[in-house]
Amino acid sequence: MAETGYALEARGIVKIFGNHVALDKVDFGLKPGEVHALLGENGAGKSTLIKILTGAYQPDGGEVLTEGVPVTLNNPQHAQTYGIGTVYQEVNLLPNRSVAENLYLGHQPTRFGLVDRRKMERDSIAVLARYGLNIDPSSELGAHSVAVQQIVAIARAVELSGKVLILDEPTASLDRNEVERLFEIIADLKKTGLAVVFITHFLDQVFAIADRVTILRNGKLIDTKTLDSLTRTDVVRLMLGKDIAFSGATKLEENRPLGDVLLDFKNYGRKRSVHPFNLTIHKGEVVGVAGLLGSGRTEMARIMFGADAADEGTVSVAGTQTSIARPTDAIGHGFGFCPEDRKAEGIFGDLSVRENIVIALQGKLGWFSALNRDEQMEIAGRFGEAMDIRAASLDMPVKLLSGGNQQKVILSRWLATDPAFLILDEPTRGIDVGAHAEIVRTINRLRDEGLALVVISSELDEVVAYSSRIVVMRDRELVAELNGENINPGVIVQAIANHKDGAQA
Amino acid sequence: MNRSLRPLLATALIFAIAYALAVMQFPSMFSTRVLGNFLTDNAFLGIAAVGMTFVILSGGIDLSVGAVIGFTGVLVAVLITWAGMHPVPAFAIAILVAGAFGATMGLAIHYLQVPAFIVTLAGMFLARGGASVITRDSVPINHEFYDWISDLTIRLPGGGRLSFIGLTMVAIFVIGALIAHRTKFGSYVYALGGNPVSASLMGVPVARTTVAIYTLSSVLAAISGIVFSLYTSAGYPLAAVGVELDAISAVVIGGTLLTGGYGFVLGTFIGVMLLGLVQTYIIFDGTLSSWWTKIVIGILLFLFIVLQRLIFVASAPGEKAQKA
Repeated sequence: MAETGYALEARGIVKIFGNHVALDKVDFGLKPGEVHALLGENGAGKSTLIKILTGAYQPDGGEVLTEGVPVTLNNPQHAQTYGIGTVYQEVNLLPNRSVAENLYLGHQPTRFGLVDRRKMERDSIAVLARYGLNIDPSSELGAHSVAVQQIVAIARAVELSGKVLILDEPTASLDRNEVERLFEIIADLKKTGLAVVFITHFLDQVFAIADRVTILRNGKLIDTKTLDSLTRTDVVRLMLGKDIAFSGATKLEENRPLGDVLLDFKNYGRKRSVHPFNLTIHKGEVVGVAGLLGSGRTEMARIMFGADAADEGTVSVAGTQTSIARPTDAIGHGFGFCPEDRKAEGIFGDLSVRENIVIALQGKLGWFSALNRDEQMEIAGRFGEAMDIRAASLDMPVKLLSGGNQQKVILSRWLATDPAFLILDEPTRGIDVGAHAEIVRTINRLRDEGLALVVISSELDEVVAYSSRIVVMRDRELVAELNGENINPGVIVQAIANHKDGAQA
Repeated sequence: MNRSLRPLLATALIFAIAYALAVMQFPSMFSTRVLGNFLTDNAFLGIAAVGMTFVILSGGIDLSVGAVIGFTGVLVAVLITWAGMHPVPAFAIAILVAGAFGATMGLAIHYLQVPAFIVTLAGMFLARGGASVITRDSVPINHEFYDWISDLTIRLPGGGRLSFIGLTMVAIFVIGALIAHRTKFGSYVYALGGNPVSASLMGVPVARTTVAIYTLSSVLAAISGIVFSLYTSAGYPLAAVGVELDAISAVVIGGTLLTGGYGFVLGTFIGVMLLGLVQTYIIFDGTLSSWWTKIVIGILLFLFIVLQRLIFVASAPGEKAQKA
């Protein structure tokens, strides 16, 4: 081992995509026998850094060193020869092949040119035993749980590389017991001197297992610290950037008499997605949803809208219990949903503004009462004006519009169906200031008209500005509901970081 | 139980039942003569189907098979009858040409990222057109080597005969099964069919494997074309039209998942035999139109697609969590 003492090190890494600087002179050092958490919001540059460390990308500046020696990593296979193994969030193995083959694919022992299956399976049993797995190595990998598959993936990475293990959100699809199991394995690997990089959105998990933490924001290195010196609140603050703790300027909307109960979710949840939550939503109120990215905010929205079916709990709409298993059900009850990823899930890019606006209404009317062109123009024109959609023509493809105008088109689409309840997932992300203000105004106007809204946003100031109530998500769980006078972004950060019931894996 | 075994067992069971029913009606169908003819009559289809099994296991498709069979038949016939070449070098040339043809298709599929369906469709027109450019007529082959091979048979008790071409097919099935289930190349084929992204992250040489798969398929189609020319003693540019579809049917009926990743070479053998059985039954019956073969194949195919769907849906492991 060279004098740096690092198993793997990145010095002054720069990576540029087009005009966008994804990584700006980032340093990162990984010691043998430590678990090093890499934190940052989406887009902070975590995955870019990982891809450089595993050879999937080449840096535009700076160098990567293994054990103090500069190296060029051409691709993940090449990185493997330097002892760097990676396990991705989505298990990148072959569910259609046997466990043994997944462990040894490409390195199978052979006899007379043919794969020696018996030896391969014997070796697999020995390897898996070290991870506390007692499964038949000839069984199909896909027949096992995601957790077992994850462990097999780790076993493969460690077998083939053996010095550095990079875990990219390995717990994203595991339940609590499975996560605990995984952590035991990581702790064992740590004892053998393996260096582990651990990426996750779950702060609890970071505090449960990591020794040091490196925080990135907007492609810049914020800090590398030992975890003992940090509190949860410190970490959240470092991740979000602004020192928002006590800006205190904004308050929740003053309490107004609540309208009638529109929606009542009781123990509503979905396995591996969102823990059951309770939420009552009244007419004429805006419920803000805060939480870090990946905390289950979008999943909650999808379940409410039936995009993913809930598998436990009940929901009642205006007092009547019902089921929302598909978006069609939700739309039937007068719901609307503006998804987070506008381009992929919101707009029909090649269709015109007019068609984008009428499509939900047409879906609601059904096959046999087609809106003719004049009616479509009339509806589109009305909302175009009301929402101040800036488009050269209502017949131009919506993909040519700016992000803010696209968002207004999607909002119009739902408003045309005369909804009772709207879910907006990050409605103001990536749009300009003017459109931003327009959307916030629209949210306020709709609330005054008696609509119920759920608005998910990372902009804490903004959530505080228009919400009547704020619920906080953490680790796919609804952990707090904030009411009343003294709500400011600082309090929300506390709620996001805070810990209700001690250490949990 | 390994769920990919279930369609295979279903095929075997259906074959056993169908054969038993056929024998009850026509006891003479249970004879070495009929069994021997099964192998001989379906040899060219079986050999092409082995190649198709690899292609489908990898998640691809090869529509050029029938055209390559026709082209090879014409090429061999022309080389022997017009150019006076000995059949053995003619065979070697045909196999080399087909190998290069298949490799080119594999390269196009991998490097141009064009769906196999389109590339092999183009290959089908090219090979069929090429054969028709060489000659529009059937070219007979009269060579003592052909006579010699036709006489190479093993007599079975009961009057049946195992022909050279029938045995060739069996040998190719055995070798194909070894390659698929017992070599690294075989495991790469399944890996590609399972998930090409994972496969490449796990270090599978995707380009090399893809090219090898389509080369193998075309080479086996060429061997199938040679066998077909031995069977008919002629080369005809419109021979074996649609054989690729019969081969695909045999592969799917044999329990291989059409989307790739699951299946057995042995299953394809049973699939071919089942198709042969249907044909033989209709010949024995004598009153049925031969189009009934197509109807039965259609029903079987449909049955197996539904069966596979059910098996794989029923035993699918817990669904993955939605990503944010």
